[in-house]
Amino acid sequence: MAIGEILLLVFVFVIAGFLGVELISKVPSQLHTPLMSGTNAISGITIVGAISATAVALHTEGMISNICGFAAIVLAAINVVGGYLVTDRMLEMFKKKGDKK
Amino acid sequence: MISENIMVAVTTILYMISAVLFIRGIKLLGKADTARKGNRLSSIGMMIAVVTVLLEKEVTSTISNPPLTNAYIWVAAAIALGSIIGAVWAKKVEMTGMPQLVALFNGFGGLSSLLVALTQYMTDKSINIFSSVALGLTIAIGAIAFTGSVVAWGKLSGKMFKKNIAIPGKNVINAIFALIGLGGVVVYSLSIAGIADASVGKIGIIVVSAVYLILGFTMVISIGGGDMPVIISLLNAFSGLAAAFAGLSISNSVLVVSGCLVGTSGLILTLIMCKAMNRTLYALLFGTFGKTSKKGGSGEQKEPKSMSVEDAYLILEAASSVVFIPGYGMAVAQAQHAVKELCDKLEENGAEVSFAIHPVAGRMPGHMNVLLAEANVPYEQLKTADDMNPQMANTDVAIVIGANDVVNPSALDDETSPLYGMPIINAFEARTVFVLKRGKGTGFSGVENPLFTNDNTVMIYGDAKQTVSSLVSEFDEA
Repeated sequence: MAIGEILLLVFVFVIAGFLGVELISKVPSQLHTPLMSGTNAISGITIVGAISATAVALHTEGMISNICGFAAIVLAAINVVGGYLVTDRMLEMFKKKGDKK
Repeated sequence: MISENIMVAVTTILYMISAVLFIRGIKLLGKADTARKGNRLSSIGMMIAVVTVLLEKEVTSTISNPPLTNAYIWVAAAIALGSIIGAVWAKKVEMTGMPQLVALFNGFGGLSSLLVALTQYMTDKSINIFSSVALGLTIAIGAIAFTGSVVAWGKLSGKMFKKNIAIPGKNVINAIFALIGLGGVVVYSLSIAGIADASVGKIGIIVVSAVYLILGFTMVISIGGGDMPVIISLLNAFSGLAAAFAGLSISNSVLVVSGCLVGTSGLILTLIMCKAMNRTLYALLFGTFGKTSKKGGSGEQKEPKSMSVEDAYLILEAASSVVFIPGYGMAVAQAQHAVKELCDKLEENGAEVSFAIHPVAGRMPGHMNVLLAEANVPYEQLKTADDMNPQMANTDVAIVIGANDVVNPSALDDETSPLYGMPIINAFEARTVFVLKRGKGTGFSGVENPLFTNDNTVMIYGDAKQTVSSLVSEFDEA
């Protein structure tokens, strides 16, 4: 990995960090739970890393790394799918006065 | 080679689109009207990211392999398995069980990042120093997020670790552990740099994994149930950061962007929670809350007054404005539907009803809002402490359901109280205060609550759900 690529990744890391701060300020307290579980689902993005790592593992000898990668995908998929569904279920319940079921 | 460059361009653009969808999704998630759309946008972003990684070179190069070394087979099987488990849990969970489920999902995310790092450690033989440091930190943060979340899950579901075990010299021990673990990362990186032997590097990886797994455990085990909203959102931030570091390690920008977004937004949410309790994050993680001056206040002990449901009904019937103040006790008693019924009865009776919700009521941020939304309480009726407090003096009846510390007036005037300085809901200002409570105990902090012995306060002992239901039937009979 070239030094330029490393610095670019660090750059992206810092900018995304500040963006996260800006996005969250002034969120009404009733949305704290959905916000938390929604962002929790996003942290399941590690599934992309898990898939990539598993593919690399399949190119090499040794079963342990394959299984490790497989488990990583399963866990991240639980996090992603469960996280999004549960958040959607919660948000479905937030209704305005007069809204029908 | 041209086609390879085109593929790189395509995957980069797709990752960019998914990152934009995450950002937009989080933004929309922060407003009530658009929250659901935001969540869906971010799930589309996730879908795009997963499809995109399947177009990457290391994955596509296995497409003609036999099943056992074909990445598509492995990925399809793993995603199918994980999706089914996740979907079933998400559908089956009761709304009262939400905090522990979120904690559990979060733990899985952390463990996944940890395993990604370990897989990379085992297979990537051309790793550079920068990636090796990121890999070590991924292990550390992922491990804390995993065991910390598991302990939080155990505490919240009441299955395990219920006691808040105070470890003597906890901070010193934790600090030593943390440093030993970081030492492991350094040793591993030195082995990558060629300064240390590869076998020494292996020991470094084992050390950082083991030590940080223990650290997540020791850090959360001593934290009480009432502090859980803060801890859950902190652990959420950790699992995001772990994903971001995994991204730095395998040089994948979509992981860096989304992980970091979750990391910092989780941190901000954590700080909001801390502010609502008037405590610093440092004091929460490293402090010894509740051990100091349990006997704050003056020596005189008054007996709280109590009242029967019938008498309470008479007061409620005459009230023209009523405020409900729910707390964790409402979740335990599953009283939210009964509360909604009572709320409807009061409104039919001509009273103005609202709900005053403290930011840290319950066991996760916004816990009460979710429960009341489940019971179909429209969200306009759910007010924050800041909105409600100025009107409290004009309120006829405040009904405190299973809340304690968030209505404790010593937070305002008693400097010796451990709660002093915490913003509360000023229930004591209402003309009459009903406190629905199971028994005569104190809140999670163990602090006496002078509200209970005030002259305008009446206790109604018993199961909150039963009490509220019998109030409803009093209205029915009238």
